Order: sequence, then C-alpha cells, then structure tokens
Amino acid sequence: MINMGAKTMISHSLRIAWKDLMELFRNRMGLVLLILMPVFMMTMVGFIYPSETSLNNVDIALVNEDPGFGNYSLSSTFITTLETINNNADMMTLTNASNLDEVRTIIQNGDAEGGIIIANDFTSNILNGEQGIITIVTDQSNPQMSAMIQAVLGEVFQEMGTALAQQNIANQLGIDLNNTLAIVKPYNIQVQGSIEGDFSYFDFVAPGIMAMTVMMSVMTGLPAAISQEREVGTLDGMMVAPINRLAVILGKTLAQMARGILQGTLILILATILFGVTVHGNILLVFALLLLGVFSFVGLGVVLTSFAKDQETAVMMMTTIMFPMMFLSGVFFPIEQMPWFMQSISKVLPLTYVADALRKVMVLGADIPALSTELSILIVFGAVMTTIAVPVFKRAMTR
Amino acid sequence: MENGNMIEVRDLTKKFNGFTAVDHVSFDVKESEVFGLLGPNGAGKTTIIRMLSTLTRPTEGTARIGGYDIVKRDNNVRQLVGLVSEKMIMYDRLTAEENLRFFGKLYNLPTKVLNQRIDEQLELVQLTKWKNSKVGTFSTGMRQRMNVIRALLNMPKVLFLDEPTLGLDPQSTVEVREFVKKINRENKTTIILTTHMMNEADILCDRIGIIDHGKIVTLDTSTNLKKLVSGDAATVMKMEIPNLTQKLVTSLQALDCVKSVSQENASHLKIHATGNEAFDTIIDTVRAAKGKINSVENLQPTLEDVFLYITGREMRDKADNKISVSHPRRPMPKRRIR
Repeated sequence: MINMGAKTMISHSLRIAWKDLMELFRNRMGLVLLILMPVFMMTMVGFIYPSETSLNNVDIALVNEDPGFGNYSLSSTFITTLETINNNADMMTLTNASNLDEVRTIIQNGDAEGGIIIANDFTSNILNGEQGIITIVTDQSNPQMSAMIQAVLGEVFQEMGTALAQQNIANQLGIDLNNTLAIVKPYNIQVQGSIEGDFSYFDFVAPGIMAMTVMMSVMTGLPAAISQEREVGTLDGMMVAPINRLAVILGKTLAQMARGILQGTLILILATILFGVTVHGNILLVFALLLLGVFSFVGLGVVLTSFAKDQETAVMMMTTIMFPMMFLSGVFFPIEQMPWFMQSISKVLPLTYVADALRKVMVLGADIPALSTELSILIVFGAVMTTIAVPVFKRAMTR
Repeated sequence: MENGNMIEVRDLTKKFNGFTAVDHVSFDVKESEVFGLLGPNGAGKTTIIRMLSTLTRPTEGTARIGGYDIVKRDNNVRQLVGLVSEKMIMYDRLTAEENLRFFGKLYNLPTKVLNQRIDEQLELVQLTKWKNSKVGTFSTGMRQRMNVIRALLNMPKVLFLDEPTLGLDPQSTVEVREFVKKINRENKTTIILTTHMMNEADILCDRIGIIDHGKIVTLDTSTNLKKLVSGDAATVMKMEIPNLTQKLVTSLQALDCVKSVSQENASHLKIHATGNEAFDTIIDTVRAAKGKINSVENLQPTLEDVFLYITGREMRDKADNKISVSHPRRPMPKRRIR
C-alpha cells in the first residue's frame, strides 16, 4: 500500500518534472541564458584571477645611483646580467630613472608597476666586504602586482647573488665552480604536490563554481518556479488533483536539478577546454556529489518557497541567502584565510562541504572513503532540512 | 450522502489574519443541481470554492462532498471534483493535447482512456484542429473552453466554476454558458458556479445563494427570489425626472415605504418600494417637490433588484459613477483570493 503510494507519487513527480523541462526547452530566451550563465561565469573567473605567478612584460623603472669605485662598477655588471636574464624571459620592460622620487612619479602616472634602485654605495660596499643594497619599489595600490614583483624580482636577485657568491668562492678557495653551489646553498628546497601535474588557481575554483552553479540553479529556480505557478494559477490545477502534495515539490526539484546539472556539465566542459582542468577522480562521483549537494540544500529552498507569497519575494529571499554563501563557502577564497568567525559561519553552510568534496575528487582524485566526513555532514544536513521542509510545505499548500 | 445532497456545507468559515472572508456559511446542494453563488467581488465566493475544492483549509466548520469530509478525506474529494478557476489553468508553452495529457495523468487515467477522453473533449468544444497548437497562441474564448474541458478530464461528479465567463466576449460567454448547461444535462454533473453577473446566475442556476461580506444573505430559486421584490407588496419603478435635484432624492429616501433609491443618470431614478400606497406616495412626493415627471415605468424585477432589496446596497460600485458600467472589477487585496 505504502509502496503503491510511493510509486504513484514518483510517477506524478516525473510527469511534473517532464512538464517543467518541456516548458523550459520551449523557452528560447531562457535556454540561451541558461547556457550563457555558466559561460560568463567561467570566462569571468578564469580570466580575472591570475592563474600564473610570473611577470610578463611589466614596466619597471630602474635607477642606478652607484657611481662605481675606481675602475670597477659592479652595478653595471649587475644590470647587464639582469638584462640578459630579462631578454630570455621577457619579464619586464626597463626604463631608466634618476632617483626614488622620479620612480614614485612614474608609478603614480601609471607608466610603471614598480622600480629597482641600486644604492649609491653598491660597488664600494661589496668591495669592502659588505652587502650591496638593492631596493625594490612597489605600488601599494595594486597589492597583487606588488606581491608578484616582490616575489619574482627577489628570486631573480637571489639567484644572481648566488651565482656571484659561487664565482667568489671558486676564485678564493680554488675549487671547481660546479662544486661551489653546495657551499653557498647547502639546502636544495623542492616542492612536491601530492599528485602529479601542474595546478593553477583555476583547478581550485572550478569545482567550487560547479557546485555553486548547480545549487544556485536549484535554489533560485525552485521557489521561482513554484511561486510563478501559484501566481499564474496553474498550481491550483495540480493541487486540485488527487496527488500527493510532495509530488509537486519533488517534480519541481527534479526539473531544476536537471537544469542545474546541465549547467554544471557545461562548466566542466568549458573548464576542460578553455582552462585545461582535468578531473582526476571518478566523473560519476562528481555528479553524485552534485546531486547530494542539491539534496542537502533543497529543504531550505522548500521552506523559503512556502513562506514566499510571490515570485519576486521568493527570488529576493534566495539571492539574499545565496550571495554570502558564494563567498563564505570557500568557492573563491580558501576558508583557512578567513577570520575565525567567518570560518564558523562557513562551517554550517552545506556548499562548503560540497565544494570541498568536489575539489578533493576533481583535483586529488579522492574516492568515497576519503570523503566520509563531507558525505555524512551533507546527508545529515539534507535529512534535517527535509524533515523540517515537508510539513511546512504541506501546510503552506493548504493555507 | 444521504437525502440526495451531493454537497453539505455547515458553518464554513475562513479567516485571513483576522479578516473574515467567509463567515459561517451553510447550504446544501442536491445531486445534478446547478447552484449559484452570487455576490460582488470580494464577497467570499472564491474562498468558498477554494475550500470546497480542498485548495484552502477552513478555519472553522465542515463540508462534505459526496459524503467525504473536505479536510479529513481530501483525496477522495479531489477524485470527485473538477475546478474551473478564475485564472486559466493552462501552460502556454504546451500544446492543447500536452496540457490535457499532463493534467489527465495526475488522475492516474490509463493512457488509452485518457487519449479517448482528450479527443472527445476537444471535439466537444470544437478545438480538435488546434490539438497540436500551443495554448499560448489561443484566443481568450478558446483558452476558456480549454480551461473548462481540462476540469472535465476526470469526469467529475461535482464541477466548480469560478467566474467562468469573466473577461469573455459576448459570443464566447454564450458558448461557455451553453456548454455548462450541456454538461449538467448530459452527465448529471452537480455544479457550483460563482458569478457577479445577475443574468448569468438567472440563466444558469437552479438555486442561487446571494452572498455579501462572507455571509449568505438569502438562498432560493431565481423565481422565488424575484417574488421578494415584485410580490403584492413590493414595487420596482423607474422614473424620468428632468429637473432632478439631490434634495428630491433625499426626500424620497426619507419615505417609509421606500426601500432604496438609486440614481442611474442625471434624470433617471430607480426606486424600490413596499406597501400598497407606495406608488401614490412617491408620485405625490415628487410633485410636492416641484419635480416634473416625464415617464414612469413599472419594472420586471431582476436579481440585481433582489440584491439591492436585501442588502440595501447596489451590487456594483456606483459610488463615484452614476452611470452603470458593464463589469466594474474592483482590485482586490491579494490575500483574499488565497
């Protein structure tokens, strides 16, 4: 008997889902937007965020204050070496300036992103057994760029220093140049990822964006679809039929889910083609996680739908909830970077766990046992939300 | 379902945030009867229909349809009823056939039966050649015919029609009315119909409940209701007085025998009066006020007169507009519909 009831309910909800999708696919404009949204989202995030950590033809002002010492000018040698390196790497375009003030003006005018100043006692200091000072001038109004200039130039100068030290040691101690590196730099530091391959910021965001798009699609689509039918009056047509009230919400959720998964797949395809993202784990697990994400969340959507009197309110309520969630669930920025109170908010958002689990699967190739924490949290979250949502919805439907 | 009553309504009440939309309404409807709920917009007609069709729960009171309680046995009730709501229950992007199939499947009709019924119903309202056209391209009249046959897919024993001819052109109105009569005649379907149009109730309904401010103020057959205003004691007359003044209207209203006076335009008055002396008294009063009488007409009463007689108010909003308008629709607060 109960089995029978469940079967008819599912068949009714499939009818409703089919009907919704039919309407969707016959709405040309809606369909175009449905496809454009993930495309915009992907290209936007993919191109705005820096995916590489190297400089490329950045304008840098160069000041050489060093007059040299006698016949020697170590700064000239330094600049020649720097130019040689630069010619190979095309990191920057160097322009000459006379002093720090001029560098500042150039940066303020936007003609350079940073500057290099070789101190006036550079040669004499080195010849006297002291360190030669090189100053890197950065533009604080562009923190990302200045951090990069700092890191890249620091590295380059460090390498140049090491080469110089090797030469000095070889000359002074009379050992072979090839053996000097171990003396100057006894440690060789290497970074090894837990998996093979090159990874960019994009590999970090792509799973999150997928999770977000699918959930956002369902969460905004569901209340909008139900309140739209309520406004138009067609909801009455379903409610007056002897069907389980839950078939309506189930059917609508299925339709929105199909829509969301379609968008998610589109994102995955774009990410693979445009940004070289590869899925290291099981692709089926990726979709299973997206579905679980929707389940964990749909209860909240249903509760809001029940309270929303019209379409406008429903969409506004959803946006209010979705927007902070986008930023707090670690889709764009790692949660660990946030202050503790923000972290505790993000810990109660299901999207956090979906994005996290998805990242583990797509980037780390994790399998189900490795995801047990995320999975159980999502299942519990979904179960609690659904338990609350079902009676609320049933009540709201016979208001 | 004893004593042949298809619908039994007892003290049905609905309150929305303290506002009483339906106030202890009770009535019975016999099997295969056409019952009309007549009243101005916002009187509570739609809310009664929504409660009876299980879309809204009553705050108080009960109702049974075919012997089933509308709250406790709502799914049994749903099997029995069909609803033609004021709004079109149709998806514009689906074709006529797809729409009917979708709703039909919600009643668990086997595909074969459903296919046959879809064809029959479309034929019945002459929409067969539009079977595969999207409903969004239909005219209002076609849409309303679709709206009605949609409600008939499950062969309901009880059909609710909420303002079925609202916004239709005269020809479509006649068509829909004819169709409603036909369904009642051929299928023995019990029909509850709401309308704010007096002549519609008069044409279609066996019995009429006049509803005002959420209460049924009177309930009887159209003929009996009219007798209330045109019996030996009651008179309805129309007078043309070219030099009509507000003072004259006031003095007429002050008369004991006059139930109500309504001014239709600058020179015409419609007067409801009771008592054998009424006619003379009214003429005398007009003369005494130096009123010139161009013509006097003794009118056949309409249901509108009944409404006016019973509630002392006109059914339509004429407060600012002395010339009667065909269907003035007062914008209603949304919550009343829900």
